[in-house]
Amino acid sequence: MNFETTIGLEVHVELKTNSKMFSPSPVAYGAEPNTNTNVIDFGFPGVLPSVNKGGYRLGVMVALALNAEIEKHTHFDRKNYFYPDNPKAYQLTQHEKPLGHDGWLEVEVNGEKKKIGIEELHVEEDAGKNTHHGNSSYVDLNRQGTPLVEIVSKADMHTPDEAYAYLEKLRQIVQFTGASDVKMEEGSMRVDTNISITPIGSDKLGTKVELKNLNSFNYVRMGLAYEEKRQAAILKNGGTIGQETRRFDEKTGETVLMRVKSGADDYRYFPEPDLPAFNIDPSWIKEIKDSLPEPAEERRNRYINELGIPEYDAGVLTDTKEMSDFFDETVKYDANPKLVSNWLMGEVNGYLNEKKIGLLDTKLTPEHLAKMINLISDGTISSKIAKKVFQETISNGTEPEGWVKEKGMVQESDPAVLKPMIVDVLDNNQQSIDDFKNGKDRAVGFLIGQIMKKTRGQANPKVVNKILMEELNIR
Amino acid sequence: MISKEEVLHVAELANLKLKDNEVDGFVSQLDDIVTMASQLSTVDTEGVEPTYHMSDTTTVFRADEGKHTQTREELLENVPEVQDNLIKVPSIVDKEDGE
Repeated sequence: MNFETTIGLEVHVELKTNSKMFSPSPVAYGAEPNTNTNVIDFGFPGVLPSVNKGGYRLGVMVALALNAEIEKHTHFDRKNYFYPDNPKAYQLTQHEKPLGHDGWLEVEVNGEKKKIGIEELHVEEDAGKNTHHGNSSYVDLNRQGTPLVEIVSKADMHTPDEAYAYLEKLRQIVQFTGASDVKMEEGSMRVDTNISITPIGSDKLGTKVELKNLNSFNYVRMGLAYEEKRQAAILKNGGTIGQETRRFDEKTGETVLMRVKSGADDYRYFPEPDLPAFNIDPSWIKEIKDSLPEPAEERRNRYINELGIPEYDAGVLTDTKEMSDFFDETVKYDANPKLVSNWLMGEVNGYLNEKKIGLLDTKLTPEHLAKMINLISDGTISSKIAKKVFQETISNGTEPEGWVKEKGMVQESDPAVLKPMIVDVLDNNQQSIDDFKNGKDRAVGFLIGQIMKKTRGQANPKVVNKILMEELNIR
Repeated sequence: MISKEEVLHVAELANLKLKDNEVDGFVSQLDDIVTMASQLSTVDTEGVEPTYHMSDTTTVFRADEGKHTQTREELLENVPEVQDNLIKVPSIVDKEDGE
């Protein structure tokens, strides 16, 4: 018996705002416990929520970047449940009229392009954070009320690889809007998945199993692959799949039963009486659409077609917005795009991997990188010296031009200065000249070495080589 | 007719513990309320837009500016048990669903 897999993904993305979605408390990652809270976040009696325009705007940005239709008439709903990280006992969300619907994105899996649909997107508030010790749990409400956009895919994916590709693409698209950091490791992007399998040819969908605790895209792919096998084995043995929620165990790579679902969750949604209905002005939507930053796909094409960057390199440069922005900025300082690309992909990426930090954690600026590249291009410094300059500027933020002059690292390219030195070296090394005349090319290397020694490594190798050959040929 | 099971289910969702001798009373009371409210369903609402809100005002946004309005000390004053500035509650590990 062969099976067909159906996968749907629900992705929560934290929106980068100054304040919370329904209260004016500040939003900041890593603040002291319970400092970014107020009476609204604590659910005190009689308090009233208000809707953050910035949060809604970012939600609309994400929806537009995902080709979704924006809902013109919307309102908020209460989703009721009891949990200590949510003191008012309901979450404000958009259940009935989500802010956007019917979007899509395109992925490429094994060389084949495929559109994956997005059912809907809605803004809502995050819950607080719980930690557990012994017989107690401890609640920090700083995160309570942080704006989220939940992106619900259509059940359009049929392999774990497609789900992985969808998540990569989604992360990239959202990141390039600037609406969120979309970092799985910091929890600003969180993934829940639904997976079912059914015998090929069957017109009935299988029983949905929900997977949680997926802390990386790779775990999503591994968890889904494990589920495909587990469910197929049960069905082949004549068993039935239970409607349940399972947790991915990172140590074993298996999924573990968390709880059996006894029917639909009973959240008793109803329209939030403390907030008015919202009409989203089409001119506002247009204004947001016009202000969307250039997406990764367009940047990639621009790099290839206008700047002559190889396809693979353009892909690496547009992997993150950080890198792509840095590249664009550096090129603006009149540095050769291909050289900038080589430096970012080579030395800069090497440095970041070695130190395990992000580009923005370094002291490197686009202006300094451009200056350094131009110092190499115009022959002021050798590529060997450039490596020293690079380490200095990325570690300490030093301005390359001044530093090179101050340290006497400027490359000597003036033939009028180099020629007498070369003549001098030749006069003192008759043996090498004889060797050269007898066809021993190694002699040239020795002579260049002597000249470099004399100039403390600062002679321009190209110029040295040219003069040396001329001088050798006339002896 | 509202069933006893439905009353117990709703009580559970609302985090209410009903005593055995209270249940029948709530069954008949809730049934009266639902019966009264269900008269509304006899009205023909074909083609009528749902009313989500009674207010005439719509679309009230707040500017995205973060500000502190109470201190942590003020807010934690009413919390029954505080430890290291965290709100201490009975363990919820069993119910934890990975957020």
